[in-house]
Amino acid sequence: MRMKSPTALIPGLYLTLFFAYLFGPLIIMVITAFNSSTFPRVSPWECFTTDWFGKLASDDKLLSGLGNSLLIGVGVVCVAIPIGLAAAITLSQVGPKLRAALYTIFIAPILVPGVVIGLSTLIFWDRIGTLFNAPYESFFYDGTFLTIFGQVTFIAAYSMLVFLSRIQRFDTTLTEAALDMGATPTQAFVKVLLPFMAPAIGSATVLAFLASLENYNTTVFTIVSSSTFTTVLSSKVRYGLDPSISAVAVIIIAITLIGAIIYECRNRYYTKGWAHVIAERPALKIATHPGTVAVILGVLTLAAVLFIQNHDSSVCTAQVLEEKRALQQQLMEQQSINTPQQAVPAPTMPNLGPLGGDEGGASAPSPFGNNIFSPENLGTSAREGN
Amino acid sequence: MTKEISLEHVWVEFGEFTAVHKANLNIAGGEFFSFLGPSGCGKTTLLRCISGFQEPTRGKVKIGGQDMRGVGPNKRPTALIFQNLALFPLRSVADNIAFPLEVRGVDKKTRRKRADELLELIALPGQGDKKVSELSGGQKQRVAIARALAVEPDILLLDEPLSALDLKLRQHMRTELRAIQKQVGLTFIYITHDQGEALTMSDRIAVMNKGKIEQIGDGKAIYDHPTTSFVASFVGENNVLDGTVLSNDGKVMKIDAGLGTPFTVENHPAGGPALAPGDACHLFVRPEALRLSKDDGAINQFETNFITEEFEGNMRHIVMNASGTDLKLSLINDGTNAIDANTPVKLDFAPEMGIALKPGELASA
Ligand SMILES: Nc1ncnc2c1ncn2[C@@H]1O[C@H](COP(=O)(O)OP(=O)(O)O)[C@@H](O)[C@H]1O
Ligand SMILES: [Mg+2]
Repeated sequence: MRMKSPTALIPGLYLTLFFAYLFGPLIIMVITAFNSSTFPRVSPWECFTTDWFGKLASDDKLLSGLGNSLLIGVGVVCVAIPIGLAAAITLSQVGPKLRAALYTIFIAPILVPGVVIGLSTLIFWDRIGTLFNAPYESFFYDGTFLTIFGQVTFIAAYSMLVFLSRIQRFDTTLTEAALDMGATPTQAFVKVLLPFMAPAIGSATVLAFLASLENYNTTVFTIVSSSTFTTVLSSKVRYGLDPSISAVAVIIIAITLIGAIIYECRNRYYTKGWAHVIAERPALKIATHPGTVAVILGVLTLAAVLFIQNHDSSVCTAQVLEEKRALQQQLMEQQSINTPQQAVPAPTMPNLGPLGGDEGGASAPSPFGNNIFSPENLGTSAREGN
Repeated sequence: MTKEISLEHVWVEFGEFTAVHKANLNIAGGEFFSFLGPSGCGKTTLLRCISGFQEPTRGKVKIGGQDMRGVGPNKRPTALIFQNLALFPLRSVADNIAFPLEVRGVDKKTRRKRADELLELIALPGQGDKKVSELSGGQKQRVAIARALAVEPDILLLDEPLSALDLKLRQHMRTELRAIQKQVGLTFIYITHDQGEALTMSDRIAVMNKGKIEQIGDGKAIYDHPTTSFVASFVGENNVLDGTVLSNDGKVMKIDAGLGTPFTVENHPAGGPALAPGDACHLFVRPEALRLSKDDGAINQFETNFITEEFEGNMRHIVMNASGTDLKLSLINDGTNAIDANTPVKLDFAPEMGIALKPGELASA
């Protein structure tokens, strides 16, 4: 047997690193969602818990933000898709010179930084509102409305790109044929062009919705006093993070995975080769049907939800809490014996981790294992600095 | 019902470019009328004027005596069969055929019934549920015709519908198209750059060149009595000799073509421009009109040398040279037409087979 040459291992190594880089953070995030530690982390592992999902479900701020995000997403899709489609149709029908100019104009919002779009949307509608002497409750100052308009400016351009690549393959004589057969222009559009564009409309809708949902830098300006999923998340990151964020990630990852699995099953199910395989195997035909797969995944999801609702980890968490208390007790006793002068700052600055701010009571452990931010170390470093 | 069409001084200009140059003609109801011309001569543009996709810059298109200016393609009693057929790829065969009925609000059951009838007519019974992509070229062709017939048009317009098919199928479809036209009794306006198609199917043909209609007539008139040099050289094979008119008494013409004794020519179109003594002219003699002289001193005789021969089985296509001009000669392979490649050969042609025309543009081979 011959040894594999070292160069042959490089692609494998590269792939491993690539996937580790890609999926590593996701996997760690998923794990942290089930650790009872109040800061999202994998080690030290405290208890397996599903409480963070419960915490998430009762987080009104996040839920109302999510509601706003979904509403804005739907609004953006409803406005951006028709605009993008109209732009693509226009581009496909004008002469080459005008097309180049129009294309640049249509595409410009993608090149403008989102922050600029957000700010300018805010200022623009504020000016218009002032012009009409509109009251502050009017839609000119409404976060949802402004965010939809701000996001549409560039998401419409995204969807136009999707439509453009499809419409370039459209045979315009088909529209002429429809007209010649007696169809009105509207009928020709609905019965010939739209069915042709349907796949692109589907993917543009998904793209637009996701782009809207995850947008932050435009939204943070246009949302004004309201909030969306992303703005709530970002304020959470700023003012104290707990694993319910990881729970959100788990849910998003699960939805994405389920969607991707069903989509992939559907693609494979309708290939010629597979149609051949299942032609004489009715059981296999039913088993691999994307509908069946969807039902199975649905049942699994339901089971997971039930499990999350009913899992009780209070015994374990109580025990961990007890251990910590004991440890702390012991530490304090040691401190008062060994270095009484260093224990002085401790009462004025109780265990305040920088990220565990609002709920970091006495029992909240510091997020970092080596305790660099613990009061003792702070004290010493401050003294050393002096 | 059928309707006559008249084009009155129709011009189509794209900026500086004139695509159709003063087209003037009448097409009778129920006629099979062809436009024949080389690619780019404005045939499609003219057809689009009739179907309503192109408004003439000047002039009128009348259908059934009614001026069509401002009437959209969906309001005209015409149906167009596109050069690329333009079948709807996402619809089944039956849904394609029933499309004209669908947009007119006909209910589903009636639509399906009519589609099945038309499938019967085009000899594709029971194929309505197939996808368009599952059909062969000839079948697609017939589906396009059925879809156009479902419009129940007064006039069917066909834009080179057979050009994408292979030779065998093309010849088969010619007969079939003609049969369908006879059966449904509609006016067919047919566009082609293939003279064989035009000659075999049409009642009348308009030969076009560079946007101009050069001659209108039935196949025999176009082939036997062309009125311009372009028509004479574009329709069928032709030999052309440059000559000078010596005399013209209105019936018999004497022409010096620099090949010995002047030729006597009796075929020159009555309606064509008159040639006076001293005028330069083109003398056309078709390859099948040239023959090997049986005896010396025959009328229109001249001497040639053998160049090459192409053997086609029933016919022999021979190239001869007469003082610097190559002449094509088609002979029936009946064993009587031996040619000695090394000695001069005498050829002649009947006076009524020589065509004398004013010099003009020749079709490039
Ligand atoms: N929309 C247009 N704009 C400019 N030129 C055109 C247009 N349509 C056709 N032409 C020109 O008119 C001429 C005739 O075209 P067409 O009618 O399609 O020829 P044919 O069908 O006989 O091959 C061509 O030279 C073509 O380039
Ligand atoms: Mg054409």
